[in-house]
Order: sequence, then C-alpha cells, then structure tokens
Amino acid sequence: MLITIIIILAVLSGLSFSYGAYRAKVWEDTKQRLSSRPGHYAWYAVIKFTLPAWLLFVAALLLKTTKIGTVPPVFLLVCCFILVTAGFIISSKKFSPFLNARVVVEKHIRYLLITASLVSILTTVGIVFSILFEALFFFKHVNIIDFLTGTSWNPDTAFLEGAGRSTEHAAKPEFGSAPIFAGTFMITIIALSVSVPVGLFAAIFLSEYASNRFRKIFKPVLEILAGIPTVVYGFFAALTVSPFVVKLAGFFGLNADYTNALAPGLVMGIMIIPFISSLSDDVINAVPQSLREGGLALGTTKSETIKQIILPAAMPGIVSAILLAVSRAVGETMIVVMAAGLRPNLTWNPLEGMTTVTVQIVDALTGDQAFDSLATLSAFGLGLVLLIFTLIINLVSTYIIRRYRKIYE
Amino acid sequence: MAYSKEHDRKLRKRYAAEKRFQLYGKMALLLATAFLVFFFYDIIKTGYTAFSQAEVRAEVTFSEETLQMPSKAVSRENRDVISRGFLRILPQVVEQHPEFMNTTQTMWVVAKGDVDQYLKSKPNRLNERETEYVEKLKKADKIRLAFNSGFFTLGDSKMPEIAGIFSAAIGTLYVLIITMVLSVPLGVMTAIYLEEFAPDNKFTQLIEVNINNLAAIPSIIFGLLGLAIFINFFNVPRSSALVGGFTLALMTLPVIIISTRAALRAVPESIRHGAYGVGASPWQVVWHHVLPVSMPGILTGSIIGLAQAMGETAPLLIVGMMAYIPDAPTGITSATTVLPAQIYTWSATSLRPYVERTAAGIIVLLTVLLALNFTAIWLRNKYERKW
Repeated sequence: MLITIIIILAVLSGLSFSYGAYRAKVWEDTKQRLSSRPGHYAWYAVIKFTLPAWLLFVAALLLKTTKIGTVPPVFLLVCCFILVTAGFIISSKKFSPFLNARVVVEKHIRYLLITASLVSILTTVGIVFSILFEALFFFKHVNIIDFLTGTSWNPDTAFLEGAGRSTEHAAKPEFGSAPIFAGTFMITIIALSVSVPVGLFAAIFLSEYASNRFRKIFKPVLEILAGIPTVVYGFFAALTVSPFVVKLAGFFGLNADYTNALAPGLVMGIMIIPFISSLSDDVINAVPQSLREGGLALGTTKSETIKQIILPAAMPGIVSAILLAVSRAVGETMIVVMAAGLRPNLTWNPLEGMTTVTVQIVDALTGDQAFDSLATLSAFGLGLVLLIFTLIINLVSTYIIRRYRKIYE
Repeated sequence: MAYSKEHDRKLRKRYAAEKRFQLYGKMALLLATAFLVFFFYDIIKTGYTAFSQAEVRAEVTFSEETLQMPSKAVSRENRDVISRGFLRILPQVVEQHPEFMNTTQTMWVVAKGDVDQYLKSKPNRLNERETEYVEKLKKADKIRLAFNSGFFTLGDSKMPEIAGIFSAAIGTLYVLIITMVLSVPLGVMTAIYLEEFAPDNKFTQLIEVNINNLAAIPSIIFGLLGLAIFINFFNVPRSSALVGGFTLALMTLPVIIISTRAALRAVPESIRHGAYGVGASPWQVVWHHVLPVSMPGILTGSIIGLAQAMGETAPLLIVGMMAYIPDAPTGITSATTVLPAQIYTWSATSLRPYVERTAAGIIVLLTVLLALNFTAIWLRNKYERKW
C-alpha cells in the first residue's frame, strides 16, 4: 500500500514537472522574456504542488514504523490528493514570466542541504541517547561504583531473575567490570608497543630519508594494511598467530592459552601501524624546513636533527596520532572477538586468556537472551564507557593538534 | 693530538648512531612489508585448496523409490564417500533433467568433506575402510579434484562440502546498495552545504565537530545505535539488509563527507567567481561548475568509504546479521548475511573443512576490496586535475 502511495505521489510530481515545463515553453514560444530558466518553473511546480503531500507521507511513515499510531492508507491518500489540489489551485495562479522561480527553488535546495547535514547531528544524538537510555536502565539495577570497581564479572545467571526463577541457591549475577577494562588495557598496550615504534620509524624514514620512488612503493604497502577488514585480521590472529605464540611460549617452558592476549594484541598492533604512520607523516612534513636547515647548519647529523629538533617540534601531533591509535585499539572488535577469550581475567600475564569491552558487548548482544535482561543491558553500560572514553580521547587529540597547527601557521 | 683523537672517536660514534637510526626506519618498513607478504602467503596457502572440490564418479539411480529414500540411489560403498548434501537435492536434479527419471546415470558427484580433505592430504576423520575405498577409487580414476563451482553458486550449509558464499555475496550486494543509496547523496549534500553555503557560525562549527567525532567512534557503537534506534524504535526487521544498510550508511557518512569536502575545497575560487560573473546563481555555480570538476575526488572518497563498509563486521553482528542463513535474501527485509559475517561464522565452527573455506572466502573478499581500492586510486590519478 505504501509503495502504491509512493508511486502515485511520484506520478503526481512528474505531472507537476511537465505542467511547469509546459507553461514555460509556451512563454518561450511566444518570445516572452522569462525571469528564470524553464527548468526552474518545472521544479517550482513540483515543490509548490507536491512537497506538502510528500512531507505528510514521510510523517505518516515515521508514525507507522515507530508504532506510535497508524494512518489509514486511504485517508492518507485522500489527504495527499487534497494537498496537491490545494497547492495547484493556490500556486498555478502565480505562474507568470515575471515569477522568480529560481529563487524559490534554490531556497528549497538549501533547506534540503541543511536537512542532510542535520543527519550527522541526529546520528550523534541518536548514539548518545540510545546508549545513555539503556545504560541508565542498567545502572538502576547495578550500582555504577560497583560496576566500575568490582573485580568479578559473572552476568550469566541474570536470565534466571528475568525468568522469575531466581532462587536463593542460584548465584547472583555480578557486574564488576574491572577485569574487562584490564583486558582491554593489556591488549591496547601490546598493540601500541608494536605500532608506535614501527609506525613512527616508518613515518620518519619515509618523510626524511626515503627517495621519491621508495616512498611511492612503500606508502601503498602501509595503506593496504589499513584496508584489510578486521575480520580477516581476526582469522589470521586466531588461526596462525595464536598457535604460534603457544608454541613459542612452550619452547621457553611457559604455558600459554590459545586465547592469549598476546596474539590479538600483536595483530592489532600491525593493523594500527598505518594510522600512526600516516598521521605522523603529516605532522613531520608540517615542521617548517627552516628548522631542519638551522639544525643541519649547526653541524648536526640528520638523525640528530630529527631526534632533537624535528621530533620535539612535531611531538604534539605525534601524541595526538598515538591517542587516535589508542581509541582505535580500544574500540576494535573483530580481532579480539575471534582471537581473545571470553573469560574475564585480572592478570598481568599476556599469555593468559583475557576479555575486552568489545568482546563482552558482542557476547551479550548476540546471545539468545531477552533484550531487557540485565546481561543484555550490561552491553550498553560497557558501550557507554567505551563511547565516553573514545570521545574524550578524540576531543583531547583534536585540541592538541589544533594548538600545534597554530604554532607554525 | 689528544683532542683530535677524542674528536674522531666522537664523530665515529655519531655517524654510527646515524646509521643505526636509518636502519631502524628501514627495519620498520621491512617489518610491515614482511608481515603483509607473510599474511597474504598464509591466507592464500590456507585457502586456495577450497577452489577445488573432490568429486566421485558414481552411478545414481533415479526412481520414485530413490527420490523418497535418496540414500538408496547410490551403492553402499559410495554412500560413505558421497556428500549427503547431494542426495538431498536429488529431487531438484530430476526437476532440471526430467529425462533422468527411471534411469541410472553415471555422473560426477560431490564427495563428502572428509574425503575432500583426505585427497588434499589434510587432517580428516575417514576410517580405515573408507580410506581404502577412496584409494581404490583413485586407482580406477573414479575420483577427482575439480573446480569448486559450488563455492560460488551455493549458500551456507551445515555440510562443509556444499557450503558456498553465494547467499552472503548477494547479501553484501543488497547491504552495499542500501548503504550507497543513503550515504553518498546525504554525504555529498552535507559536504556541499558546509563547503559552499554554510555561514561560519556556531551551528556550522557544531556540525563540523560532530562529523569529526563520528569518524572516530568505534564501529561497534554504530551497531548499538542500529539495535536501539532502527530495530527497537523504528521496528526495522532484525538481521535484514535494510537495518544493516542503514547502520553502515551512518558509519560511512563521515568518511564521504570528509573526502567530498576535500574535493570541493580543491576547486579554485576563480571558477566560482567566473560563474558568478556570468550571472549564475549559487546553486548553478555548484551544480554546473564545482561539482563536475570535483567529481573524481568525490567518487574516490565514496568508493573508499563503501569498501570500508563492505569489510565491516562488528556492527552487523550486533544487528543480528550472523545467523545461519542458507538461502540468498529475497528482499531487503528478509534475513541476510554478508561476506565478512559469513567468514566470521565459518571461522567459529570447529569442523576442519571449514577452515579452507573461510580462507577462500577471505581471498574473494580481499580481491574485491583491493579491486575497489585500485579503481578508486586509478580514478583519482586519471581524472584529478591539478590547478
């Protein structure tokens, strides 16, 4: 039925377009001077005749999908016809060669563009509200302090309560997320200890030493690393790197889990190399040439210039690149879902299985539990922490880089 | 000449430090390259075998009875080596070839997953008797490894030998089309507004900060958004291409906006001034002059954004696109899976024969993604104008 209304409205719009174009053509044929191009008159007709009907239709559609209320399709169709007819009666009188249709059309185009840019704001609002709303619901049942500082994560029995089968014997669900944050932190540290040195040295070499040809070959290599889907990295980490780590640990007489934190950490480190290298490359290139020349004129070697002049000058930018890499690593999902464990584990040993915030979110939301069970809602609690963390990191790094740019402009 | 000796020693030390420093840089690049080479080698090594598939030359009886009880259609020994998946589709075979009815055909039939693994000298669970039989077939030239067309034409299955990527590929296509239809126009319109029309005020700055933040938000958060807003609030069917497309579109939007803005900014002011000079209106300037010359940049950015969306998995898991879905979707509201999600579900199963299929799926996905990215780069190099 909705499709029928769309088709009818589209046909009406098409007719309006032809009407406007026809009126303009008649004036042109009679050699009258038009104040706008014929196309403008056609679009003017479409806007004035059918726009209200389209808006009504969208409103009805939103009502229907949100299940707030339903508009009977026949009633909707009749309303649309009335609106189109009213628009035609009112606006067709205004048609004349002196009508400045272009201004009206362009005004509406501008409205359309503003609406489009509002979508990005709506997305942010939607993200914040959807997560905040569900998370607040979660924190009504779980004390937020306990959530952030508790050391025992055990949501599995939450469904019993939901099913009304909670007895005194059943263990109470526990939502202490400290071990989850610890696991996230550990894997992030491992990833950074791979990506920061490699990414930074690669950026320094490419921007300060490499010839043009060399750069042309190796820049795409780094970019390919960024283009590989994370699910592929995850497969590689779980199938190749993890067993290798276990074998290597066994060689040194250590005992490693197959879900150890080291394997996803290492692979994630490789994945974020390009983020660090390309951003650092930008900021190193932005350091004024005069600083380099001044350093070299004092008789320093190139590496001394880099270490003592360029890197300190570029430091704010590099720091913000590393911060962005941190937010990538913390929010990365597939690698840890596939290669890290599900067991919350508070330990310093990277060879043991650990779990992360993102793993727990996926685990909570892909199970078969009811949406309003505490275990499911805990995903939104974790999501809120993740969101706040990444937002803060992002704002700080934008702030740092903006101040840094000001210095050299 | 104590001073000079000391000086020489220091100088040598400094030069050595210089060399070391350069070496670190080279090592970093070497490490990244070596990883990439090993990574591709490992994936291809694991996956290339999945493009061939064991087939057995067997006599298949088509009759009313065997259609009822397909296991009777082949001989007892063959029953152990032939895929149950093939026996299950016997009625479809008869439908396609009515002339087969009430005859016995000798044909190449898909073998069981473990036979396939045995022929590829990989770990398998064949018992001794079956192994002997397969060896006998091998001597009689009645078993072969043929091109695995089923991998591209069949959907997911619980039996690895007849599991393919077809339904996932179609799902990816649906999701990508929805993503493209939503995110490209919205992104380009937003970018045009911000670059060409917006006054520099608080509202515009708010939008800009917003877009930069959105670009840095982890993809899984978009999954939470899709779940809470699209599925729970707007009642879009779970697991459908529609909700997947919506979610990915919001995720891709910032990428497209940012690259489109860069492309618009690269168009020199003189072109706009020229157009205004001959009496064009603001929109005519954009539509007739600025957009056409910035098209290559916009296209490049859009393709790169869509390639990113195509490889994305995490938000789609959250909106339920990882269920076992053997059939290709029939519409944008039916349950769908996508290639990366299919790779994820296969990699989570414990059956050995799925491993090579997972890697083969990855090879297909990477090939498409690399092709998309190269197209984008080629477009940029070919059509981009330097002003």
